[in-house]
Amino acid sequence: MAELDTSGGGKKGGKVRSKKASTRVDLTAMVDLAFLLITFFILTTTLQKPKAMDLAMPDKDDNTKQQLPVKESSTMTILLGSNNKLMWFVGIPGKTPPTQDNYGKNGIRKSLIEQAQKIKAATGEDMMVIVKPSDKSVYDNMVTVMDELNITGNTKRAIVDITKPELDLLIREKLY
Amino acid sequence: MSRVKVARKSTAIDMTAMCDVAFLLLTFFILSAKPKTQEPIPADPPASTATFVIPDTDFSTLTVGQGKVSFNVQGDDVRRETLMKIGQDNGITFTPAEIQAFATTESFGIPIGNLKQYLSLPGDQRSKFAQTGIPVDTTQANSELAQWVHAARVVNGSLHGVDLKIAIKGDGKEEYPTIHKVIVTLQKQKVNKFSLITSLKTVTK
Repeated sequence: MAELDTSGGGKKGGKVRSKKASTRVDLTAMVDLAFLLITFFILTTTLQKPKAMDLAMPDKDDNTKQQLPVKESSTMTILLGSNNKLMWFVGIPGKTPPTQDNYGKNGIRKSLIEQAQKIKAATGEDMMVIVKPSDKSVYDNMVTVMDELNITGNTKRAIVDITKPELDLLIREKLY
Repeated sequence: MSRVKVARKSTAIDMTAMCDVAFLLLTFFILSAKPKTQEPIPADPPASTATFVIPDTDFSTLTVGQGKVSFNVQGDDVRRETLMKIGQDNGITFTPAEIQAFATTESFGIPIGNLKQYLSLPGDQRSKFAQTGIPVDTTQANSELAQWVHAARVVNGSLHGVDLKIAIKGDGKEEYPTIHKVIVTLQKQKVNKFSLITSLKTVTK
């Protein structure tokens, strides 16, 4: 489609004039190529940077003197078991029957909101949540629980190592 | 009746402006594209609703996947000094070429003993080197991962005067004990606050 000016040169005799070529170049192919490359770069770039969630762990130092006692009635313990299942109970293990639950908005989130309201009404304190991942749980489970705590607006939480009686609970319910 | 003649117009359109725009956009995308860094250990982070964007400097990532751990700290200068410090502590001397190679390596998961061998390889063979992960032994007082984290924190503090932020990028399917080992290693150094790298998801109501 490139156009070439072929006019002129019709006269006989006189000076021989060099043909004047048009400066217009067909850019269609170039535009095609440019858009092809744009498409490629749009599809390959990751515009969404990975996000980070802050996590504060309780100090493990043995000689810390500052230890605040937490009421058992205002403590909710979440045990993370295998096969994307979890278990929670309020208070100390064995005294209150644990409830099996799953991750997600109708599972642990609902329980978190309900228990927080109950505890707030009964003791007037904010609920303390202790997350105890067992060795059979996966990293995704831990992140999901911490995320649910963020969503439900819980600020008092901690990740603590699981203990033997709690492990027995999980084994009994076949979640370990 | 005379027929009305429709004037025939040329179908050629001036493409100059369109071409300009196309190349402008192309330039923008090329410049804003960040080359994908090669991860020695693949990890697919789980999703969360956290919206904190990870910074570009004074930042260290511990990638955990398949039971292995790899280490990365941002900034060529920090990496260079960190390697020199690790070399001093372990009685290994690295050549300037090896230090330079390390400074350009984003992330690695190799025991300190094999590091010299890895860095002396030419660039194209380095990607084929089997990355076995940095040893994390929580029973030891000073595991290799602890040494790296400690060295990077000291170096970053002296070079930039800012505390190094540490993040864990774990694979969603990774079993908890591996993550636990990394967390214990960090906590032994009194790093009780760190970040977990996640991909973004929206809250389902």
